Amino acid sequence: MHPALSVIVFTVASGAGYGLFALVALNVLVGLPFASPWQGLATLGTGAALAGFGLLASSAHLGRPERAWRGLTQWRSSWLSREGIAALVTFVPAALQAWIWLEGRPSRLAAIALLIGAVATVACTGMIYASLKPIRQWRHPLVVPNYGLMAMSSGALLACLFARCFGAPTATLTLVAGVALAAATACKITYWAAIDRGRAASTTVTATGLGAFDDVRLLDPPHTGSNYLLKEMGFRVARKHASKLRRGVLMLGFALPLAATLGATLTGGTAGVALAALAVGANVAGTVVERWLFFAEATHTVMLYYGTRSV
Amino acid sequence: MTSLPSHPSDKALGLVIDLDTCVGCHACAVACKEWNTGGHMAPLPDRDPYGAEPSGVWFNRVHSFEASGACGGRTVHFPRSCLHCAEPDCVTVCPTGASYKRAEDGIVLIDEDKCIGCKLCSWACPYGAREFDDDAGVMKKCTLCIDRIYNDHLAPAERVPACVAVCPAGARHFGDLGDPSSAVSRLAAARDGRDLMPELGYRPTNKYLPPRVHTVPSVAPDDSTTGATGALGWLDRLLSR
Repeated sequence: MHPALSVIVFTVASGAGYGLFALVALNVLVGLPFASPWQGLATLGTGAALAGFGLLASSAHLGRPERAWRGLTQWRSSWLSREGIAALVTFVPAALQAWIWLEGRPSRLAAIALLIGAVATVACTGMIYASLKPIRQWRHPLVVPNYGLMAMSSGALLACLFARCFGAPTATLTLVAGVALAAATACKITYWAAIDRGRAASTTVTATGLGAFDDVRLLDPPHTGSNYLLKEMGFRVARKHASKLRRGVLMLGFALPLAATLGATLTGGTAGVALAALAVGANVAGTVVERWLFFAEATHTVMLYYGTRSV
Repeated sequence: MTSLPSHPSDKALGLVIDLDTCVGCHACAVACKEWNTGGHMAPLPDRDPYGAEPSGVWFNRVHSFEASGACGGRTVHFPRSCLHCAEPDCVTVCPTGASYKRAEDGIVLIDEDKCIGCKLCSWACPYGAREFDDDAGVMKKCTLCIDRIYNDHLAPAERVPACVAVCPAGARHFGDLGDPSSAVSRLAAARDGRDLMPELGYRPTNKYLPPRVHTVPSVAPDDSTTGATGALGWLDRLLSR
C-alpha cells in the first residue's frame, strides 16, 4: 500500500496526542502529584495541539476536504466515521479538565471521560486498518493493540518530559513509559513474525475463479501505463529494505527512548530534561518509520490481477 | 446511509462473464469508457492521454492470464469490473454515506456530491473496482450502466450495460441473478459460474464462467494412430513395419 505522508503524520501525531490525553487522565486518576496546574495544562494543551494537528493533516489527503464533516455521519457502519467522532468528542473532556484545573484541582470525572475518549479514538484508528479484508497484514489481531501501545508509549514519554520540565515526580511515569515501550516492542516483533509466517488466503486462481487449473499467471496486463490501483496498492519500494527498516524501528522507536528515559532518571536536572526530550524525538522518528513500514509491507489482493501470484 | 439495506429485495442485477468465449478484444472496456464518460459518473478523466505516461479512470479492464494444470493450458482473457457484491465492504467503510447499495436491485453506487475522497472504499474492495478521479477529488465506479438499463428513451433491446451491448463474442450477459429462473442464473448454474475470491466473504453478484474443458488443449499433442482406417490406416501399417 502507498504510504501517504498525510496519513503517516496523522496517525503519529494523533497517536501521541491521544496517548498524552490518556496519560494525563491516568495521572489524575491514580492521584500522582503535579508540580502546578500549569504542568497539567501544558500537557493537556500539547495533547490537544498534537491531536488537532493530526486531524488537520488527515484532511490533507482528502479529495474534497471542505466536505470532511460528512465523514462524521456513518458511525453505524464505518470505523473511519467512529474515529472522527471519538477524536472530536474527546476534546470536550480535555477542555473541561483544563477549565476545572484552572480553578484549582483536576476533576476525576473529566479524567475518566478523557481516558475513555482517548482509548476509543486510538482503537478506532486501529480498527480502520484491521477491518480491511483485502490486506492480510492489516487484518491481524495485533494491529489494534499495536496502535494502542505505540500511542501509550509516545504519550508516556511526552508526559515524562513535561514532568521533568516542571520538576514533578517522574518515577511512576518512567515506569509506565518503560512498560509501554517493552509491551509495544514485544507486540511489534510478534506482529512482524506473524505477517512473515502468514500464508496468502487469495491467489491468482481464486481471484480469477479458474479453480480447474493449478497455476494462473498474468500474461498481458490490461494497460501498459500506470493507473490509480497500481499507484495506491502496488507500492513495493520498502519491502526490499524491510529488515533494515525494522531494526531502525526497534532502535529509534523503542530501545533508544527506553535507554534515554532510564538515563534521565539517573541524571535528573537539565541533563534529565535533555534526555527525556531525546527519548521523545527518537520515539517520534521511530514511529514514523514504523507507520511507513506498516503501509509499505501491506499487500492488497488487487495486485493479483497485476502480476502478483499470491498475497 | 452506508449500512447495507436492512430489507433488500430479492433482485440482484449483475453480469455473467464467459471466460470460455471472451476473446480479449477490450471492446467492453472501450464501450464502457465511452458511455460512462458521458453518463451517471461522468466524466472519466484521462491524464496525459497521448503522452508517454497515460493514466485515467476506467470501470472495466481486461487482463490476460495463462492458465495451466493437469488438464492442459490456455490463455484466459479476464474482464474485471465491479461485482456488485451482496456484502460490499466498500459501502460499509464509507464514512459519509456517499457509497451505497440500492435495496431495490442491489446495484452499488457512489453519490459524488457526498464523497470526500478518502479512498478507504478502494482499499476495502478486493477486486480493484473503484478508481479515484484526481480532477473531481471523488471516487468513481461501475454503475452497471444504471442510465441505460432503466432508460425509456432506448429501445428495450438496448437496455443493457454498454459492455454487454458491445461484446462481439457474446461473452457478457446481464440480468437478475437474484431470480434462480432468470436466463443468467440458469446459465451460471449450467456452466458452474464462479465467485471471485469467495474466501473473503463479499458474496459477489457477478459470476464468471470457467473455460469449457474441451477448449483446453491437452498438454502433449496426441500422436497415437489407433483407429486409423482406410488408405491412412494402410499407410500407417505399411510405415510401421
